[in-house]
Amino acid sequence: MRAADVRPKWMEPPTRIGLAAKVLALAAIAVLVLYPFVAVLSTSLSSEAEISRHGGLVLFPTSPTLDAYRVIFAGGVVTSALVRSILITAVGTACSLAATVGMAYGLSRRGVVGGRFFLLVALFTMLFSPGVIPNFLVVKQLGLLDTYAALVLPTLISAFNLVVLRSFFMNLPTELYEAARIDGAGDFRVLLRIVLPLSKSVLAVVALFYAVGYWNAFFNAMLYVNDDKWPLAMVLRQFVLQGQSLNDTVSSSETSVPAQAIQMAVVVVSLVPILVVYPFLQRYFTKGVLTGAVKG
Amino acid sequence: MSGTDQAPARHRTGDDAPPGPPVVAPERLVARRRKLTLWQRIKRDKVMLVLMLPGLAYFVVFHYAPLFGYVVAFEDYQPYLGFAQSTWVGMENFAAVFADPAFWQSLVNTLEITALQLVLFFPAPIGLALLLHSIMSSTVRRFVQSVVYLPHFIGWVIIVSIFQQVLGATGAVPNLLDAVGLTRFDAMTTPWFFPFLVTIQSIWKDCGWGTIIFLAALLNIDQELYEAAAVDGAGRWQRLWRITLPGIMPVVILLLILNLGSILSVGFEQIVLQRNAVGPEHGEVLDTYVYFHGIVDGQWGPSAAVGLVKGVVGMALVLGANRLAHLFGQEGVYAGARR
Repeated sequence: MRAADVRPKWMEPPTRIGLAAKVLALAAIAVLVLYPFVAVLSTSLSSEAEISRHGGLVLFPTSPTLDAYRVIFAGGVVTSALVRSILITAVGTACSLAATVGMAYGLSRRGVVGGRFFLLVALFTMLFSPGVIPNFLVVKQLGLLDTYAALVLPTLISAFNLVVLRSFFMNLPTELYEAARIDGAGDFRVLLRIVLPLSKSVLAVVALFYAVGYWNAFFNAMLYVNDDKWPLAMVLRQFVLQGQSLNDTVSSSETSVPAQAIQMAVVVVSLVPILVVYPFLQRYFTKGVLTGAVKG
Repeated sequence: MSGTDQAPARHRTGDDAPPGPPVVAPERLVARRRKLTLWQRIKRDKVMLVLMLPGLAYFVVFHYAPLFGYVVAFEDYQPYLGFAQSTWVGMENFAAVFADPAFWQSLVNTLEITALQLVLFFPAPIGLALLLHSIMSSTVRRFVQSVVYLPHFIGWVIIVSIFQQVLGATGAVPNLLDAVGLTRFDAMTTPWFFPFLVTIQSIWKDCGWGTIIFLAALLNIDQELYEAAAVDGAGRWQRLWRITLPGIMPVVILLLILNLGSILSVGFEQIVLQRNAVGPEHGEVLDTYVYFHGIVDGQWGPSAAVGLVKGVVGMALVLGANRLAHLFGQEGVYAGARR
């Protein structure tokens, strides 16, 4: 963030105590953030004996076993919820991205009829949220209860992502638009051939934000659909937080695998996609967030 | 948006210029644009309007139409009868809610959690941002940033599960306490600890993320101020106190004011997951009250009434906070986006 890594001449070198305190604080923060992940991972790899011997505090399992993963991937609730989550995330992200791009593009061009009004319509929704009950009634009136559409449509567009995309489109050089129009390209062709190819990176970020949102979402599923349409997050809630026994649903023959290990294996499986996309996300989000928050 | 009525000058002369080669002028840029009728403009922009349609439909259907659903706050709503057939009861639902001690308890719990978050969670990112900003090596700084931003992207179900694993009854911390001879303490199910638990989780998830805006503010401070101060003999603490803190104060005040706008909303997803572990007496907040009494118990009217009151008060708070931010010379949240 600072231009150079070198200490400016006027700045006094750090005292030994100050430096030690800083290093200690940073190490403590890193441990506080990272330890829970390690704990979850190692518990998921542990056997019953190991968990009871260490009393839950397994840092490095001496004989790691993949039994818990074998159990959850053997078919049954977790496997199908995982497949469902992947599909919901993929379809939801595609729909959200398409709707957001269309609207952001329309709002990014000056002079489009009604543009200013439509922008206010979208921005005003940042000021209030309708609340659980009216949302539920709308979904019910539309006949979307217990459909997969109820997991996507109510959160189709985030006004924040819309603002980020719109401001990115607005900052593209206008000469490009003008040249394309003089060559006879229509609005849609300009979007497809000029705007989208120039916006690949910001589109990737917005898509990842949506994908992470869909992957983590559980509340719409809790409100609107029955358990045969639950995504992984809802299954996780049911097993880990509501304490519902896994043996009811996961094949009961595998009793040797501790419930705690299975639960943590589900946590790990839910975490992996986020950890995989995180490096890509991180490369851009600071820029994106600031564009949205500061420049608008 | 002010540019709409300033077409580029070269097109202004279009009327009296001699008829040259037929240039397909971009219609939107022609000065005569203003003479187009509404219908002509709609026809001209039809592609744009079609592109915007799904988004607009979404905002209307899922953000504006639900507001009409608040009619059930004034009805003895029965789902099988629908809006039209249910009996109109006027303000009875509101009276019923205000007579319900559970409602007041949830309001108290909400304010308690908000207050705790304001004291513990709000300053945390400022401190962390200062610490990050003071790291000289960009490699180390980037590594620490990667680590502390990560939890922001993890969903509440996973986070609560992880906390369960570390702090819960069979988790690491109670066992550690046991091992060193202290009494076991199950942070996940101890009712009085609930506001602290919620705050700790919020800090773990979003403290790092919250530093982004403060880091940007720190970068905007003129480096020459520091140099001049150092030359004049100001030590590091003096520089922190006299330059850094005043430098980020506008952002701090802005965020503080905006937080005031949302004091009635505390992490709904986070709390709805954990409310049952500690019971409604300590775990119920306004949002979960609406959910559990309305959707779960089917008391549609009264809980819609709570939602309506909360929505109106919340919006008044947001608007008031925004105005307050303006008074402090800030642009407010939405001013920037409207430009």
